[in-house]
Amino acid sequence: METSKYIKKKEQAFTSTRNACKQCSPLGSSLAFKGIKNCIPLIHGSQGCSTYIRRYMISHFREPIDIASSNFSENSTVFGGAQNFNISVDNLIKQYNPEVIAISSTCLSETIGEDVKKMISEYKAVNKGKILPELIFASTPSYAGSHVDGYHEAVFETIKSLSENKESNDIINLFPGILSPEDLRLLKEVFLYYNQSYIMFPDYSDTLDNPSWDEYKKISDGGTSVEALKRTGSSKASIEFGYVFNSSAQTSRIKTQVAYQTAAKYLNEKFEIPTYSTGFPIGIKESDAFFNLLNAITGKETPEKYLLERGRLVDSYIDGHKYLSGKKAFVYGDEDLIIGIISFLSEIGIKTVLCATGGESKILQSALENVLGDRFNSEMIIGSGMDFESMGAHMETYQPDIMIGSSKGVYLSKRHDIPLVRVGFPIHDRIGSQRVKHILYEGTQELFDKITNALLEKRQDDSEIGYQYM
Amino acid sequence: MKSEKSRYIMPDAEDVKQEILQKYPAKVAKKRAKSMVVNDPEAGQEIQANVRTIPGIITQRGCTYAGCKGVVLGPTRDIINLVHGPIGCSFYAWLTRRNQTKPPTEQSENFMTYCFSTDMQDSNIVFGGELKLKEAIREAYAIFKPKAIGVFSTCPVGLIGDDVHAVSKEMQEELGIKIFGFSCEGYKGVSQSAGHHIANNQIFKHLVGLDDEVKGGKFRINLLGEYNIGGDAFELERIFDEVGISLVSTFSGNSSIDQFTNAHTADLSAVMCHRSINYIAEMLEKKYGVPWIKVNFIGAEATAKSLRKIADYFGDTELTAKVEAVIAKEMPEVNAIKDVVKKRSEGKIAMMFVGGSRAHHYQELFNEIGMSTVSAGYEFAHRDDYEGRHVLPGIKVDADSRNIEELEVQKEDEKYRADLVAKKTKLSESGYRFSDYDGMMPEMKKGSLVIDDISHWETEKLIEYYKPDIFCAGIKEKYVVQKHGIPLKQLHSYDYGGPYAGFKGAINFYKDIDMQLNSKVWKMIKAPWENEPELVGSVAYAEY
Repeated sequence: METSKYIKKKEQAFTSTRNACKQCSPLGSSLAFKGIKNCIPLIHGSQGCSTYIRRYMISHFREPIDIASSNFSENSTVFGGAQNFNISVDNLIKQYNPEVIAISSTCLSETIGEDVKKMISEYKAVNKGKILPELIFASTPSYAGSHVDGYHEAVFETIKSLSENKESNDIINLFPGILSPEDLRLLKEVFLYYNQSYIMFPDYSDTLDNPSWDEYKKISDGGTSVEALKRTGSSKASIEFGYVFNSSAQTSRIKTQVAYQTAAKYLNEKFEIPTYSTGFPIGIKESDAFFNLLNAITGKETPEKYLLERGRLVDSYIDGHKYLSGKKAFVYGDEDLIIGIISFLSEIGIKTVLCATGGESKILQSALENVLGDRFNSEMIIGSGMDFESMGAHMETYQPDIMIGSSKGVYLSKRHDIPLVRVGFPIHDRIGSQRVKHILYEGTQELFDKITNALLEKRQDDSEIGYQYM
Repeated sequence: MKSEKSRYIMPDAEDVKQEILQKYPAKVAKKRAKSMVVNDPEAGQEIQANVRTIPGIITQRGCTYAGCKGVVLGPTRDIINLVHGPIGCSFYAWLTRRNQTKPPTEQSENFMTYCFSTDMQDSNIVFGGELKLKEAIREAYAIFKPKAIGVFSTCPVGLIGDDVHAVSKEMQEELGIKIFGFSCEGYKGVSQSAGHHIANNQIFKHLVGLDDEVKGGKFRINLLGEYNIGGDAFELERIFDEVGISLVSTFSGNSSIDQFTNAHTADLSAVMCHRSINYIAEMLEKKYGVPWIKVNFIGAEATAKSLRKIADYFGDTELTAKVEAVIAKEMPEVNAIKDVVKKRSEGKIAMMFVGGSRAHHYQELFNEIGMSTVSAGYEFAHRDDYEGRHVLPGIKVDADSRNIEELEVQKEDEKYRADLVAKKTKLSESGYRFSDYDGMMPEMKKGSLVIDDISHWETEKLIEYYKPDIFCAGIKEKYVVQKHGIPLKQLHSYDYGGPYAGFKGAINFYKDIDMQLNSKVWKMIKAPWENEPELVGSVAYAEY
């Protein structure tokens, strides 16, 4: 397909990244690891990595987030970090008594060639006879891929190291991708309404969105338990959300992985658990696809609740049509998230003129074409490996009416006087980032209202007459 | 009206300390014991500080890069800070410290809202990233035509051996603007403190002393260690303006690099954050003869005291009169608010674990509203910030600190201010104190608990024992402490409020603390049925 203008940062002759649209991979892996019950993430590298990543996640989630570090010194860069690794694991066990210590590497430990898997087995050998927590490792050098790749790497490695094939059961595995805690709660509710047992991983719906506490808890409640993670190898099916997953890391990684895999695909290969992939369920079409899939796997019908929600959503599409038709959007963020959002926008008559991501999967365009079908806007600019400054250069030409993405687009939004609807990660200039709904009919409804109202507000603000009825 | 806290019996700090240490393995306990001191201001105690954090203990500390790029260079608006490394480092330091800036005109440069990175990929790690760095520098120049570009090394850069200094030099020759590098890899040093030192060195080496023009103003000072968090610098600039003191430079709140190049023409350096900037203060004196004094503009009383100290240095009656007039003008409003807040805050207790000077300075503000600080400590300070500069000669230099270059600075005869040296000698004789900082411990009460580089476990124990009314730290600690049911005041970013410096800042602070102390929300944590007597519950169950 040569119709759409597929661009890459590189083709625009920019070497440097100015105002990036991605974070580093250990952030993504730490996020996924926060979805394990009774787990403490550990970053093998300088303490700055853990401090910065904590700082960033905390400003989004507004929750305590403990991520330990093996605190490399200059010595460790020369002689290796094994000693630091051992001390930190010792200390974490003593302080937290966790069931899982989930380790991510950094550009530092990867550059000097640390073999963390070997350190884990040596640690286990030395401490033979003791009851140890599960030690899981994800390789996440930040020079390969982005936070999205780190996230999927962590999900994959967790499943790979824990899943077991025992007695088959009636459970459905769900691998939801990077969503908000509220989104994860919506998904759990679906399974309740279907009366269907499930294992969702990662599940940070509680760990990263706690209620207030009477008494302090060292490790927040919630998360997918080790026991459940083990059972994922015996489930009757896996559902995974996404089209792109961690394929950015695959294209850039020199240190070749055996094969690029997701957790669901691993379970399929290893234990022959059927895998069903579908996009982030945003908008009618993609949400329908998810419910269709559930109906097919469970042999049940879509619960009444969701039919009503769907009906109300379509009804609001009708009500809002006059405000939205022909409007132009600029959507940016994680690839799988923006695919879902663009699909939704195409349902309500908003034309996405510019879509951009910091990821570099090379399959964003084909994924969009597949999902959108004849709704695919061949004039849309698709920017891969983009930063905000490169995006800004296109805004003059394409004059979008609305921006949809993280807080990091705020400078462009101000510079061009275009309303910004905040979705995804990070959102640190508004409250409620944990509670942003993106998915299913309910989440789409919230997005729909936000987008429509942002456009109405802009119209009202810009009007000299001051309309009361819009 | 006294608050209920005044009736509360304070735990014995020594007991708390022993209780905390008990749970540590013997080796860790031995190490941590030296970093925890039950304060006796008269005793000249020693505290262990600026030593490496134990791996796996969750620390407040950041890395060398954070101190260099984020803290010292971050607030300067017209230098492009290009981070050479994978994307995370630059992204996470993207204006996260919330320092503000006010370019003089709309057309003036301000690069602070940008996050520049070479975004290294694995091929750069394998084959080297120097070419990419050069390209990135050329691009930054082509687009922005900045006066200066700073290049910051991150962990992998040091490991693969990219020479940022050589590249910078080459690019400086090619492009004809100031370009220099910082070897601030995250693994160097024990905390961001090492990064401060590296930043001080490079700024001094590459910028200070380039512009000899003595610009206007009668009383010309440098303000060092002020970073314009929440607009602090704007309030201080307002005050200096009113009393007629000219700021030659600020390191580095609301600053431009032109100020740095001109700093040696000032008549005095006033140091706020001793930890992060004392190196430049010392080097300015050694090379150019500009003396420095310690000041503190956090707290209304402290502000008045510091203004008077500066006025005393100049010994000009007109300036002294103006300073007194401004203090007299500002204090009634400060006192009016203070008195209202004090009724609700008096007798309450605070704790603060933050920074390299904030844990000291903010005690002043709490004192003003009748609150006492029962426990405090720094995140990345050294012994001199706790005990005073007199301990400097005795501080052991360990392997981590030895990595950080100590610049050899020589007196520059042509620009050396013999007049200022003479002035210093004369004033010193009459008891005026230069180049001195007494540190935090002598000013804290006897029996208070001083803890360096506090860990999570220690924080939890302190809260359990003291039940403070407010805890001050940063965003990483905020929600941990608040889940204990105790409000936390962020003293790095001010909870996105501020300014807190100067007179207007003190008012803001009183009000913000009042708001936090007296919030009703904490009482809502328990639902009413959770508090009902057990009997009611058992009767209800009995019906089934």
